[in-house]
Formats: sequence, C-alpha cells, structure tokens
Amino acid sequence: MTRLAVPKTYKLYIGGKFPRSESGRTYEVASKDGAFLANAALASRKDARDAVVAARAAVKGWAGTTAYNRGQVLYRIAEVLEGRRAQFADELVRTEGLPAVTAEAAVDLAIDRWVWYAGWADKYAQVLGNGNPVAGPYFNISVPEPTGVVAIVAPQAGPAHSLVGLISAVAPALVSGNTVVVVASQAAPLSAISLGEVLATSDVPGGVVNVLTGSPAEIAPWLASHADVNALDLVGAGALDWVQLQMDAAETLKRVLIPEDGADPAAPSLDRIAAFTETKTVWHTKGLL
Amino acid sequence: MTIDTGAGPRSAATTRGAARALDLLDGPVTDTTLRRYLEGIPGVDAVGLDQRAAGLGTRSIKTTSKAMALDRIIELIDLTTLEGADTPGKVRSLVAKGITPDPSDPTCPRVAAVCVYGDLVPVAIDALGALHAPRSREAGTGPGISVAAVATAFPSGRASLRVKLADVEDAVAGGADEIDMVIDRGAFLAGRYSQVFEEIVAVKEACRRPDGEDAHLKVILEVGELVTYDNVRRASWLAVLAGADFIKTSTGKVTSNATLPVTLLMLEVVRDWHRLTGEKVGVKPAGGIRTSKDAIKYLVTVAETAGEDWLQPHLFRFGASSLLNDVLLQRQKTKSGHYSGADYVTID
Amino acid sequence: MSFLDYAPAPESRAIVRLRPSYGLFLDGEFVDGHGTPFPTISPATEEHLAEVATADEHDVDLAVAAARRAYDEVWSKLSGSDRGKYLFRIARLVQERARELAVAESLNNGKPIKESRDLDIPLVAAWFFYYAGWADKLDYAGLGANPKALGVAGQIIPWNFPLLMLAWKIAPALAAGNTVVLKPAETTPLTALLFAEILQQADLPPGVVNIVTGAGATGQALVRHPGVDKIAFTGSTAVGREIARATAGTGKKLTLELGGKAANIVFDDAPIDQAIEGVVNGIFFNQGHVCCAGSRLLVQENVHDDVVERLKHRLSTLRLGDPLDKNTDIGAINSQEQLDRIRELTAAGEQEGATPWSPPCELPANGFWYAPTIFTGVQASSRIAREEIFGPVLSILTFRTPQEAIAKANNTPYGLSAGIWSDKGSRILAVADGLKAGVVWSNTFNRFDPASPFGGYKESGYGREGGKQGLSAYLAPSGGAQ
Repeated sequence: MTRLAVPKTYKLYIGGKFPRSESGRTYEVASKDGAFLANAALASRKDARDAVVAARAAVKGWAGTTAYNRGQVLYRIAEVLEGRRAQFADELVRTEGLPAVTAEAAVDLAIDRWVWYAGWADKYAQVLGNGNPVAGPYFNISVPEPTGVVAIVAPQAGPAHSLVGLISAVAPALVSGNTVVVVASQAAPLSAISLGEVLATSDVPGGVVNVLTGSPAEIAPWLASHADVNALDLVGAGALDWVQLQMDAAETLKRVLIPEDGADPAAPSLDRIAAFTETKTVWHTKGLL
Repeated sequence: MTIDTGAGPRSAATTRGAARALDLLDGPVTDTTLRRYLEGIPGVDAVGLDQRAAGLGTRSIKTTSKAMALDRIIELIDLTTLEGADTPGKVRSLVAKGITPDPSDPTCPRVAAVCVYGDLVPVAIDALGALHAPRSREAGTGPGISVAAVATAFPSGRASLRVKLADVEDAVAGGADEIDMVIDRGAFLAGRYSQVFEEIVAVKEACRRPDGEDAHLKVILEVGELVTYDNVRRASWLAVLAGADFIKTSTGKVTSNATLPVTLLMLEVVRDWHRLTGEKVGVKPAGGIRTSKDAIKYLVTVAETAGEDWLQPHLFRFGASSLLNDVLLQRQKTKSGHYSGADYVTID
Repeated sequence: MSFLDYAPAPESRAIVRLRPSYGLFLDGEFVDGHGTPFPTISPATEEHLAEVATADEHDVDLAVAAARRAYDEVWSKLSGSDRGKYLFRIARLVQERARELAVAESLNNGKPIKESRDLDIPLVAAWFFYYAGWADKLDYAGLGANPKALGVAGQIIPWNFPLLMLAWKIAPALAAGNTVVLKPAETTPLTALLFAEILQQADLPPGVVNIVTGAGATGQALVRHPGVDKIAFTGSTAVGREIARATAGTGKKLTLELGGKAANIVFDDAPIDQAIEGVVNGIFFNQGHVCCAGSRLLVQENVHDDVVERLKHRLSTLRLGDPLDKNTDIGAINSQEQLDRIRELTAAGEQEGATPWSPPCELPANGFWYAPTIFTGVQASSRIAREEIFGPVLSILTFRTPQEAIAKANNTPYGLSAGIWSDKGSRILAVADGLKAGVVWSNTFNRFDPASPFGGYKESGYGREGGKQGLSAYLAPSGGAQ
C-alpha cells in the first residue's frame, strides 16, 4: 500500500517570507505531459512592488557585509542545495520532463556554478578594480561596487532552464552585493520556489533574493519601469516585447542585459558580475608636508 | 594682568602678546593649553595649499599693474646682509643702495629697511643719517628707512635665553627699529610650546625702549626646519599669540627658505587673526626670492589672501638682497621699453 | 589705482586663424553640408566667429559610410602599434598647437583662457598619449585575449569641454580599433574643426574620424543610423534617456555620461582653507558648466557660518570677464539658452525661500554672463538642491553626522561625483564607501586624468571613460562580438 503524499503549496518568496500573491491569484503548473503539479502564485504588480521594497531594504546589509562573509553565505547556499539534490532533481523531472540522470546532472551543475560564483565574492574587485597612476600627488583607486537592486527575468526555456538558468542568472548578481527580484520560469517555477526555501534556511538575509512566479509578460514591465530598480537582466525575456522593456528601463537609465538564447543562457562569466557593478574611483591627496 | 606660565624664567611678563593668548586660551599659558589650542586648529592639506599657491602664481601682471608692483616691491624690501664677513664698509654700501636703488632714476623708491647683524646697527644708522626712519618721520620728510637687526643667537637660536635677550637688548640699545628673532625650533618640535611662547614674550619685552616706543618684533619660524605645513601654521599662531608684530618665514641660512605656499599659509593665519581680533600682523617671506616675477607672485598672494591693505611696509616685507637688482632691471625695461643689463644696475 | 585692478592681460587672438566658414569633415576632407549652415559666436561678446555647416541625414549617412569603409579597408587591418603611432602623432600635434587650440576654445566656449590653456588642452594631449599606448596592448584591457573593436562609433559631445570631450571619445575609440563619426555641440564646433586639421597633419587615413556639425537633429540621425555599432554620449540626462530609448533593441553598445548634482561634503575638521578652495573650484570652475560640479555644498552645521563667511570672502576675489584675459576666473555662460535656464532655477530658489548672495561684480554689457552665486538656507526639497543648474550657482545645505551627510549626498537620482573634506582618514574612506557616486574626490575636487575612470551611478549614466574601463567600452570579447 502506498502512502498518500503531502503536496507542497508553492508560494512567492518576498522579504524572507512566503506570501501568497496579494491578488489571491494562482495558476496551474503542469508537467510536460499535462498532469497537474501545483497551483503556483500568479504574482501581481503589487507583489513586484513589494519585492522591490524588500530588495531595496536588504541592499545596505548585503552590500555592507565583508566580501569574505558574503562568499561564505553564498557557499552555504551551495551546501544546502547539495542536501536537497534529490528534491531539485525530482522537480526538474516533474516540471521539465527531464530524465532522472539528466536532471541530477543539471542539479550538480547548478550547485557547482553556485560554488564558482561564491568564490568570486572576495576576488572580483581585485580583478575588475585597479590603482590608477594619475599625473599628480594623489592616491587613486577604482573599485567595482554593487549597483543595487537587480530585476531578473529568468530563462524561460531550454533543458533544466528552470534551475540551471535561474541560478546562472541570480548568483552573479548576488556576488558583489546586489539584491535580486527574479521572475521565475513561468512554465516550471517549482525550482525557483524551492530555491527560496533553500535561501530561507541558509544565512542569506531576507529580501536579498525575492522570487516571483507568474507571467513575466505581466510583471516584467512593472519591474522595468520601477524607479527603484537599478538594473534589469532580460536574459529570459526573449519571448517578451523586450525592446519595450529596455525602453522602459531607459527612463531611469537602468543597466540592462539583453535576452540570450542558446543552450546555456547566462553562462558563467565574470562579465555577468561586472554587468551589475559600478566602478567607483576615489581620489585622495598625498602630501608629506 | 599676569599670566601663569609655570616655571618659565619670565613668568610674570605682562605684554600685549600675552594678553592675546590669555583671551584665547581661556586659561594659563602652559604646554597643555597651547597644545590644546594649536592642535585644535584645522590641518593643512599640502596638495591643496600648493595648488592654491600655484594658481595665484599664474596671475598675469602687466603694464601699469606691473609698474606699480615693481615700485611696491622695492618699498617692501628689507635689504639684507647677514654674512660673517660683513664690515662697516659693506653695511654703508648696503645703506647707500637702499637709499638710491637706481642712481639713473630719481623716481625710484627707497627700500623699507636694511637688515643687519646687531653689532652693525650703529653703522647702518650712521650711514642713513637723516633718512633713518625715526629722524625722517620726526622731520616730516617721509617714512625714511628703518634698521632691522637679527638677534636671539641668529640663525640657530641655540643659546640660553639670557644670551638671546642680551643680544636683543644690545641691538635695541644700538637703535634698531626692528628685531628679527628666531624661535627655538628644537623646543617647538619637542612640543615645548610654552617655552617658545615665553621666549617670544620675553624678547618682546626686551624690544621696549626707554622712550616707550617698541622695536617691532619679527618672529622667524624657520619654516625649513619646521618642515610641515601643520607645524608652520601652529608656529604662526603661537608667534601671533605671543605678541609678534610680524611672522617671518626664514633666516635664509638653511636650504629651504620662503616659498609661495608657506607664505600663503602664513598670510591665511594673519588674515584669520584679523577676522578674529581686528588686529593686523605682518608677514615677511625671506630667503630665496630673487626675481621680480617671483616677487610679483607674492604681491598677488598677499592682495588676494589678506587683502591689499597688507601691501604696506608695516605689514609685509621681503627679506632679500639680490631681488632688488632684478626689480631694477625690470623697472628699467618697463620705463625704457627695452631690456636692460647687469652693468646698468649697481652692486652693493 | 588699486593693485588688485590688474591691468588687462589678454591672450593674443592672432594665433588662431579662423576660416570664414567650415564644412563637415568627411572622409578626410572638408565638404559642404546639405543642411543650412549656422553661425557660431563668442558667448562673451556675441561676436560672429564663423559659419559652420549642418549635416543632415544624408551627410550623416555619408559620414557613417566613410567610417565603415575606413574600418573595413584600413583601420581594422592596421596593427595596434600603428594605430598607436597615429594617436601619439595626434598627441604631439595637439601639444604643438596647444595655445592656438586654447584660444579657440575660450573664444567659442567662453571659458577662461587659464582653464583652456592649463587644463583642457593639456588633458587633451594627455588623453591621446595615454590611449596611444593602449592600442597594441588590448589583450590587457580586461576582456581576455584578442578583443575586437566594435566597428563604427557614433559620438556626441557637449559644449562644456568641447575639445576635451572629443579627446575622451576619440582617443579610446581609435586605440581600440574603431572608426568614428563625432558630432560636436552646436554652440562649440570650432576646436573640433581645428582638430580635423590636426588629423590631416597627422595623415590619419581618411574616414577614420569624421566630424559632423549641426544641432540636435544631426545627433539624432547619428544615434538612429543603423550602420553605427556604438554610441557614446556626454550631455544631459534627458537626452541620454532619449538615446537609451532609441538604441533599445538595436544591439548598439551604449555609454552615457550624463548630469549630476554632486555633494561636496565639508566636515568640521576639514583643512578649511583648502576646503574653501575646493568648494570654489568645485562649482565655479568652468562657470559651473561641469557635469560633476560640486553644486550642493553639504557643510557640517557647527561650521556652517564660518564656512559661508570664508566662502564669501574668497568669492570676492574672483574675477569675472573677458575669457581671453589671463586673469579671468569666471568666463561667459555658453549660450543664451543656458543663461535662461540658470536664471529660471535661481529664481525658483529664491521663491522657495533660499537666500542668494553674489560678490560685487560688474557684468559685461554684451554676451551671456551670470555672477557667481551662493544660496544659503537651501532645503533638500528645493529645486536648486535637486536639479542640475549647470551654472555658477552653489546651494548650501547642512548636516550633523557622517551618516546624515551620506544620506543627503545620495538623496538624488544622479550619482556622478562627490567630494569629502576632512582631516580624518578613516572617516573619509568610510564616507567614500557610502557614497553612490562614480568619482569621489577626497580633499580635492574636479581632478581629471586619462588613467582615472570617470562616470556615474544611477541617472548619471553608465560606462566609464578614462583608464582601462574607458578602453573596454569600445571593445567586445573575442568570442562575444556581434
């Protein structure tokens, strides 16, 4: 006799909490072959707004931690992910219909990517920054700093996109100390909410990552035009009217990454860390007298 | 009014200078109170100070302004000879040069003062005759030329206070109108601010003459030995608090003498002192100013920092010797329209 | 006569020989434009200086085509070291003709000759010299081995530092291997056209740099031209926003240097005389026509009165007048339009209850002038505390604690620059950390160097100019080029 399973309620992840959409709406998530999997929250513009508020509130603390500490917190996430390998693989199998072996390999890849980015936290500034030999009696140094709140439309298609693509987009934004509002894969949002659970049980402060599920087409314009969002990663927005989103983002001169297609969108690179940093150059006089 | 100066040798000195300090320090003049006050003055950013001085140095003074500047420079010169080899003959020659800088041009002004060692003061006064400032003023024939004497074991200042005061008293007795004293840099750098203060107060006392007129006191900081701008600023305040009539950069006897930034810094101090009290203290850059071009930069710096009021002999002097001839060459050029040569100005 | 009434010391205009009219610089030659030519004037006297051609869409098309041809056929095939040699040549030619360029700049822009002579033009030469050396070292630009040029760069520059902004744009673009179509500002085209002569003297291959003069429409044509791979713009945030919109979805790379409302923060332990100089330099340098100008003075409340008094004293020694006089500190406002803007904002400042003060100052009868002005009693909500005035107008606000200083400094959509004045190293570094500004000057202000990246946070734009960062803005990684 088989045990009757206890299904999970998949909610949003905002400010370290798991609220339902303020709109009360949900949408049905189905497996590849059409079987019901969950009623995910269908986030509204107000949920997006709340997520930005939470993300903004978390910037100071997250950006203000030492790079060593941020690296450890990020690494801790990988540890917790590792402990939940089976769950993530299972969700990939159920949502994306991947073979178990493929799903497990994808989870491993996602975890390894997270570890790779965690290790960058206390190095990227050394690689991207520099001392500048100016022609005068000045100490002069350029260092990259987080830009602030980054809104991400996570990859929406491709094998294991709902986990590997998600993590590939979220992790690099976090490395420098940005906080994130991510719109998950619409079709396969389970990994994203489970990632929220991982974050909630690791050492990441609430609000550093906020996960919205629902319709990117509905939510992304609100994020793109939100004046308190500093950067917009449209990696997964290829199927949307992303040019309009980029134009919306221009209103407050947001930093924008445009959609990527291909097998491995948001493939690991230092450029993705750099994309959401600002170079600050500090001059100081030097005088013996 | 008396001041409690601890164990200082002249602890009961009562002077105008001491009064300045008492008002500001709001307590007895001790190393502690002086340190508290002097170190409470905002610091100096060396880069910014140098840049400001360089900026003032780019002023372009032409035509009528230049002619005016050249004459004014002469009127502000303390024509100086401070050599071990100085003789009465040398001093008489210096005086003659100060009286008639350019024999070919009767409109050429006279210098403000001649500056000599104390023992040669009587020679200078004798050579000046009726043009010696006090006699000239008395006779109503213009400001005349003052005689300044360096004293207080110039240039090192390394002697007992008794010796330094005797040095001053001799020069004053000899008729010196102005005393250029040196501060004890060693004491200053060791943090014995009250000792430096006391010595200035004591010298100021020694500048008194029986007729009630004081010899004017110029306090030489020897900026080349204080080295940092923060030290120069503190020493400037210390000297002003102790009653200096002038603060002077240098003896001319160490490698680093007057510079435009350091003079600017000292001008900022006297400007601030004036803002605070309404009193005007003079500034004298000395040593290393050899060209008209440089001297004009100083005039600009004075005018744009303390104000044009300061471009008077009682508030600004150049301590210089070779500067005068360069100014005369420039002056001849301005008047004649063509460049002059070294043989057309006199050596003193 | 007062000594301080310095006799006039005008720099000679004879060194500049302007032609009566200037064409567009296309494919190595001056040619007529198809638009209506416009006069360019001296803002100090409103004197007519020359007629300048207007490039219409067709001309822009020709310029882009010339740049593309030069890219495909010449420039992209040249070795990095040869590209560098051209840039070194340009640097030297700029040095040789420095005084001429300085005089022309002051004539056309209205800025004091001492600034064009001692700052703008020397920096122009430095910029070319710095990037010349990069041309054969692109592997070290931070993009991995064999980074690729982007192609044709469209560059639009402002009127506040006409030739310097040209150098900021052209030097890195050429070093990285791009060719250029540059549009100078409408009111200040002359030094760019003299620069075109320098390019001829340098024997730069035709089409590598093309200069199209004109107004906003010319710039729009350039921004929208499909043959352009990269747009670099310096100017107002409003126009920057338009460009960001116009290039959305086109794949054109974009860097923007936009407006600012920099805080200059003076703590009570600041080296006070240098701080006063820095405040003055921060806002009155170049008549305040500086995107990174320290237009908001945040002064610690306990020293506010002293700072204001010292500032007033210092302002009374500023000399406003003939830009060509070597003793002029404050030159002319660049245009009637800008003067109107300054007047509108300062009037708003007064209406909002702030108190203006200017030193006694005689303004010339002709030309566009505005006396240096400070506003006390400015509230954070006032328009003069929030909007970029781009003129010699300082708004003074107070703060009580370092935290409050940081919060007030950051309370703006801009984030280009900031200044900190304090004697306390640890506080300076912590405040610098907290400021959302791309350039932070500690105990100094308005310093520029080709080795030092410059650019803003937030609505001050994106991308950096200067340094390695400025070079990489004109490059794509080997694998990642479009």
